[in-house]
Amino acid sequence: MANDHDHTEPPSDIALRVKALESLLIEKGLVDSAALDEIIEIYENKVGPRNGAHLVVKAWSDRGFKQKLMEDASSAAASLGYLGRQGEHLRVVENTPELHNLVVCTLCSCYPWTVLGLPPAWYKSAPYRARAVSRPRSVLEEFGTDLAKDVSIRVWDSTSEMRYLVLPLQPKGTEGWSEENLLKLVTRNSMIGVELAKTPDQIQSMKQGID
Amino acid sequence: MGAVLRAKVMETFLLQPRDDKGPVFNEPWEANAFAMVIALHDSGLFTWDEWAAALGDEIKLAQYKGDPDLGDTYYRHLQNALEKILVEKNISSSKEIIEKVEQWRHAYHSTPHGQPIELK
Repeated sequence: MANDHDHTEPPSDIALRVKALESLLIEKGLVDSAALDEIIEIYENKVGPRNGAHLVVKAWSDRGFKQKLMEDASSAAASLGYLGRQGEHLRVVENTPELHNLVVCTLCSCYPWTVLGLPPAWYKSAPYRARAVSRPRSVLEEFGTDLAKDVSIRVWDSTSEMRYLVLPLQPKGTEGWSEENLLKLVTRNSMIGVELAKTPDQIQSMKQGID
Repeated sequence: MGAVLRAKVMETFLLQPRDDKGPVFNEPWEANAFAMVIALHDSGLFTWDEWAAALGDEIKLAQYKGDPDLGDTYYRHLQNALEKILVEKNISSSKEIIEKVEQWRHAYHSTPHGQPIELK
């Protein structure tokens, strides 16, 4: 992995200009970052986390695809039409009964947005960026995710060159489910690693909540 | 956001890449630039008419310079228009914006990965 730790590659010129203007406006008190996040959330609907969920579900049900995905996630994603625009690499990290993966970008907010859409506000927040590394277990607890004591946690720090996507464990009792039903189990948060995939029971109680 | 305001935003951002559900962003910075425009309008810095004129001028200028304007450059025009309107209203200056860009570039270059990027 080519990863220079002495510095961080700046984003494209236009992205840098947007960032610069944003920080100027925040300094001048003309906008605040929470309000900007809120606006983005209202308008953003296209690049949702569905692309990432598609990769996960396909990996759960197709052994060959899973192997491709683990070996070279960028190409596997591209084979489904999900292309990175800036040549950044995608790597999929797999949860197992013994190991849980959590993704953060300590530096800024590098995020696999070609497969997960735009990052949620909390992902970009300083507390998450700092604490995901220093106290990952408490961060998970805050998301309502209680892991057994003997499950170890590995934290992946994204960079502008390398983005991570968590492959959650397939919930028990969902083997042989249709792709459409499996998709309901895969949330954005489960692919960042702050939550687990939903269980059939959780889906059932959500349905009852709607009815 | 109210339906009337939403309609007004749709009208103002006529050329914005969109699908049947609303705007489409290809990269995060596009959404950030768009959000700044909405936030500054909401705080009363400019009216939608003023904004539409500024963005329209910017797009015309780009077309005159040979931009085929197929939608993929829309947010560049939006960012240019936003910078210009802020300079016109004496909120900022080209010099200040350029300096800030260079500060950020420097912050990226001089920050080892794993540490938060901050402006010194």
